[in-house]
Amino acid sequence: MAVRVESRPIPAAGRPRDGFRTVVAVIASVVPVVLAIIVITLVLQALPAIRHFGFSFLTTSEWNAVTDHFGALPAIFGTLFTAFMALAIALPVGVAVAVVLAEPGHTTIRGYIGIGIELLAAIPSVVYGIWALYVLGPWSYEHIEIPVSERLHFIGWFGLPAPRGLFNASLVLAVMILPTLTAISRDVIKAVPRGLKENAVALGATWWETTWRVILPSARAGIFGATVLALGRALGETIAVTMIIGNQYVIPHTIFQPAYTLASVIANEFTEATGTIYPAALVELGLVLIVVTLIVNVLALLLVHSASREARLTA
Amino acid sequence: MNRNRQRLYTSRAWLAVMYLLTVLALIPLALVLWFTILKGLPSVIHPQFFFNAELPPCEPRCPAVSNAGVVHALIGSGVIVGIASLIAIPIGVLGGIYLAEYGVAPWTRWVRLASDVLVGTPSIAIGLFIYAFLVVPFHHFSALSGAVALSVLMLPIVVRTTEGAVTLIPNGLRESGLALGLPRWRVSLQLILPAAAPGVITGGLLAVARAAGETAPLLFTAFGAHIVQFDPNGPMQTLSLTVYQYALLPYKSLQNQAWGAALVLIVVVLGINLLSRWVLRRQIALASQL
Repeated sequence: MAVRVESRPIPAAGRPRDGFRTVVAVIASVVPVVLAIIVITLVLQALPAIRHFGFSFLTTSEWNAVTDHFGALPAIFGTLFTAFMALAIALPVGVAVAVVLAEPGHTTIRGYIGIGIELLAAIPSVVYGIWALYVLGPWSYEHIEIPVSERLHFIGWFGLPAPRGLFNASLVLAVMILPTLTAISRDVIKAVPRGLKENAVALGATWWETTWRVILPSARAGIFGATVLALGRALGETIAVTMIIGNQYVIPHTIFQPAYTLASVIANEFTEATGTIYPAALVELGLVLIVVTLIVNVLALLLVHSASREARLTA
Repeated sequence: MNRNRQRLYTSRAWLAVMYLLTVLALIPLALVLWFTILKGLPSVIHPQFFFNAELPPCEPRCPAVSNAGVVHALIGSGVIVGIASLIAIPIGVLGGIYLAEYGVAPWTRWVRLASDVLVGTPSIAIGLFIYAFLVVPFHHFSALSGAVALSVLMLPIVVRTTEGAVTLIPNGLRESGLALGLPRWRVSLQLILPAAAPGVITGGLLAVARAAGETAPLLFTAFGAHIVQFDPNGPMQTLSLTVYQYALLPYKSLQNQAWGAALVLIVVVLGINLLSRWVLRRQIALASQL
């Protein structure tokens, strides 16, 4: 007589339930919970300003603590402008470094270059700040801004050079986001299936043709993700930018003039803010900043994940 | 033939451009290190630098070497980052174990996403949050609130690196533990965690390095102080705050202090980073043996 095998449903992963799992799951939940509390706290703190100004907070440019009139437009402009200009500077360099690092062979030299780029990410923001303030800013003022504005002053954007301003802030930001760009782009480029590259080479393509027409296009999605992630870093960078941007609450007429960013306004003014509307307006700046970076980051993560999954599937 | 040659030269030219851009990318690293050493060393080699706290600025006429130091900032950095590590590392390690050991559970996706987003959250926003959460209710700035702010920054780094290190451990070790009848918690904590220790330590070190260099979340939490402070319930100075505050002041003597503090900071942070790299290499060697 055949033994009747009792068929029970195969337990789902992790079962039978253990207490350890519950404990670590609860501890791990601290991360999403903290993130949620941060956003909720900022919304609650900004509520007086949100109620008082409504949507006009985002579209007006006045920032006057005496009359309690606050508008975020210059800070939003400065934040977006510096971040995108930094990206424009860093993207070609970052991708070039990633291509060089992803090449096979010469692993020792490449290893040192890679370590160098990663140390660039490790240098504290405040050290970049003091360096920008005393070294990069004056140098770029003398050797980039003045020559450019002398030759191109008829284009309105290139006038009025200043040691502290939008352009120099973008330069520092470009250096600071470079490691993010490079690290992710390198991984994505490395994940491009070998077959693709070998096919191109077998068809007689040169190194450059292979890189430009085959490797970079298939790594496109991932590089775009890396770019967006770097954008998020640039938007939220505080200290180095605060030290070099010049701290003028205006929308400047040229790229060299002093300006302000969302994070810098908070860093400079929050400890001195009194009353109810003024601190609330500053927190609302922080809220704008965190919402924008949240959206940018989630978008970037989705892009990078889908790109790496695609690479794994085709490999 | 001619066209092929042209293609080859184009290719070589672009290769050269790529290498040039790579060199260009490394120039800022060299410049930052060089100028920090150049401007910071004269302050740092002065014997009082590590033993005295801050002195008032002595402008316009200052003795050749001022006696001011950064000992209060050194102590403050140590205390604040120490407390932050005590909060963030245990939570982060256990959270990372959860992500790695129970990776199929649907909740892990959200924890992972939240950690990645939290890493990218502007640190100044975390400072605002802790100000509202811990400074306002207690009516005073405190090193403790600064430490909590830094621990929020460190947490996702520790979680993700621990997850990475634990995932590297081959399943055989896990299965042999379970086959011997060990409960899951003993397998995870007494078998897997020791095997993954170098990777976990790397994550902790990276998080400590990041926290030591942070300034923005401390501006309205730890706030800064001008004297040696041991009480975590009061405001405290850190190295990063010293650099930020003194660099922007018009006094030459204080600017020199800022450069000195920047040099100490960069040595500590880069030192921790290189150390973590060395530890990680051991992890990879170890994991390949298992």
